[in-house]
Amino acid sequence: MKNRSWAFLAGGLLVALLLAGVVSNYASSHPDGLDSSLLKGCTVDADDNIVGGSCPAQQARDHELADSPLADYGVRGVRNSFVSTGLSGVLGVLVTFAIGAGGFWLLRRRGTTPTDGTDPTDGTNPTDDTTPTSDDVRRRADAAS
Amino acid sequence: METLAMHISNGIIDGPVAAIFAALALAALTVCVLRGRRDLDDRLAPMAGLVAAFIFAVQMLNFPIFTAGVSGHLLGGALAAILVGPWVGALCVAVVLVVQALIFGDGGVAMLGLNITNMALLGTAAAYVLIAVLLRVLPRTRAGLAVTAFVAATLSVVVASQGFVLEYWLGGTTDLGNNLTGLAGTMAGVHLLIGIGEGLITATTVLTVAKVRPDLVYALRSLRTPAAPAVPVAGGAR
Repeated sequence: MKNRSWAFLAGGLLVALLLAGVVSNYASSHPDGLDSSLLKGCTVDADDNIVGGSCPAQQARDHELADSPLADYGVRGVRNSFVSTGLSGVLGVLVTFAIGAGGFWLLRRRGTTPTDGTDPTDGTNPTDDTTPTSDDVRRRADAAS
Repeated sequence: METLAMHISNGIIDGPVAAIFAALALAALTVCVLRGRRDLDDRLAPMAGLVAAFIFAVQMLNFPIFTAGVSGHLLGGALAAILVGPWVGALCVAVVLVVQALIFGDGGVAMLGLNITNMALLGTAAAYVLIAVLLRVLPRTRAGLAVTAFVAATLSVVVASQGFVLEYWLGGTTDLGNNLTGLAGTMAGVHLLIGIGEGLITATTVLTVAKVRPDLVYALRSLRTPAAPAVPVAGGAR
């Protein structure tokens, strides 16, 4: 892979780590769209615990892995909730990237140039002058390396 | 912190229906692997890993919507479809859902097939159909790309939410009587608002990537080339 691609990858990962590691602590803690829809018919207290009525959410059961050390986006044993949430987010981003990138790398087509065969008209785009097209830029990037 | 992501918890849908959808999801993901391999080259593979990691991160960011006490977060199907294509994109969202279910206790493991069907498969497929149409119809400008991303993302969330309604109709554990349309309406309304958030996040992210590295935006490569090959479109309209 080219240097520019590595830089993009590193930059993107950094953004994801910051979002999951820091910004996640400012996320809304209200029930989400699905949970709130399933709570319809029930009355809840200030902590969103069901106190009365009848609704689909009452059928919810515990998660199989509710005892997982990272369950509910916290690290068990870490008392500071800011650190706990942030750390679990960072770990999640790294694990997801490792599984995703690793898996896709194993699945990829091999022995072909990055200019993939699904794009036979690549770069021949003379009629389009409204924007610098992706193809032009890519060709330049490829040529530069 | 409660389990807050928009994922189905155990007990909400009955076991047999969950199992059927697990089998369906597995079959569909296999197709995605087979078709996605054509798109996956040395450059797209790490990019797709990044897309999955980014979606995981942004799924942690529940944002409030404009009704009292309800939140939502990105699902990511539209974002993934634009950046890495529909097949690999669906796999990206599925990876996120599997990690969330197996490591973070978010979304029941027994419900994984249902969650993958709604968010990874339905959401991404709906988004890609819209992207394929809109990118051809709208002007080839940054505004055109932004509108495409916004509309596809917004509507894909509503479609995904109706996937849940279908599953609830088949195997919901509470008898709603004749009130399934009520559930459908509630879900659609709430998820339209969440979809607006999804649309804003998706459009912002896609415009940013398109500015820095337009060559990394799959939809621009595949859909904006004159006489584009029919393969991606036929795939999206599946």
